[in-house]
Amino acid sequence: MQQTRAVELGTGLFVFMGILALFFLTTRVSSFDSQVGAEGYELTARFDQVGTLKERAPVSISGVPIGRVTDIEFDSERLEAVVTMRISSRYDRIPEDSDASILTSGILGGQYIGLQPGGSDDYFGDGDEISFTQSAVVLEQLISKYLFSQGSGGE
Amino acid sequence: MFNGALRGLRAIALEVLYNLRGFFGTFGAGQLFFLQILVNLPYALARPRLVVKQVYVAGVQSLVVIMLAGLFVGMVLALQAHNTLSRFGAEDTIGMVAALGLVRELGPVVTALLFAGRAGTALSSEIGLMRATDQLSGMEMMAVDPIKRVVGPRFLGGVIAVPILTVIFSAMGILGAWLEGVVILGVDEGVFWSQMQAQVELREDVMSGVIKSVFFGVAASLLAVFEGYNCVPTAEGVGRATTRAVVHTSLTVLVLNFMLTAWLLGGN
Repeated sequence: MQQTRAVELGTGLFVFMGILALFFLTTRVSSFDSQVGAEGYELTARFDQVGTLKERAPVSISGVPIGRVTDIEFDSERLEAVVTMRISSRYDRIPEDSDASILTSGILGGQYIGLQPGGSDDYFGDGDEISFTQSAVVLEQLISKYLFSQGSGGE
Repeated sequence: MFNGALRGLRAIALEVLYNLRGFFGTFGAGQLFFLQILVNLPYALARPRLVVKQVYVAGVQSLVVIMLAGLFVGMVLALQAHNTLSRFGAEDTIGMVAALGLVRELGPVVTALLFAGRAGTALSSEIGLMRATDQLSGMEMMAVDPIKRVVGPRFLGGVIAVPILTVIFSAMGILGAWLEGVVILGVDEGVFWSQMQAQVELREDVMSGVIKSVFFGVAASLLAVFEGYNCVPTAEGVGRATTRAVVHTSLTVLVLNFMLTAWLLGGN
């Protein structure tokens, strides 16, 4: 009897592990998890074009990662993308006239937000908005711009 | 000299023919046996204790092998992907590469092959030994159908265990890829997970792997019990049956994998 109990318990545990693994595969591997570092402060920035920027993409200043993108939404009134990011509280002295641009790491790598420090003595606080932004570069737009400038230059 | 070579060739050809005959013979007889098990499954379901015991034997006792294998397969995937992709500056995508490879292909296939080696052999040699020592005939004498009492629960236990083992294998593999990619090689953790989540689809990738594993579970368990049940009742016969179970299961899983992949991908 004792052994039967152990077998049943082991089997139950085994099935439970399977469910846990499936849960891991569905939530962590194939969709978004919302537990991105609760500490730090939030900043928002508006962009005309975010390209392929994803939630959880890093935010860096001078190449050093200081935070992550937590949310990307479309503001249908101002017709712009609103990117929310959470910056680690260790970096609380970022000038409030810094500008944010969406950059790409490598050819196939993901996109991230790069901050360029400004010269102001006032610093960003929780909930502030970055007013100077530069959108992501979309390859097709770049090519068409180049082609049109070539065409008009030839005439 | 020439004669000797000819005789060698003849032996090889005979062996090939023998194996082919064995394989196709198994194919036909296996289907009949499968129907026989299916008809008698309600009996196994009515005695869940027996099935639970077999899930324990097939699943829990294979757990360590599966978890270790998954961990190292994931680690080597991440290492290889990093080595190649870093030439293009795309090492951020190793999480995605490892996850897709594991969830769609390696998880189901490697788990089924390991299951054939770890649990399938145990099944066929156990049933084979029961046959060789006349335990199965003894049961029949007592009017107990060995298909109901012995084969059914073992088959069902394997069918339940393989998909669970597959999911655990894939999860461990992804943890291994994370360990190698993020902790050892220093890929950014957020990008690792976000690239993975952006590219891995729940229905197309995760579920197609689970569907495959169900088919593999049926194939591996069926072949294991079939070979054991139909073995030649001698010491050598049991050994041969065990070998055949592993060889046939491996081949069947690999062929079935191609057909299932074509079917699952063909839908889009």
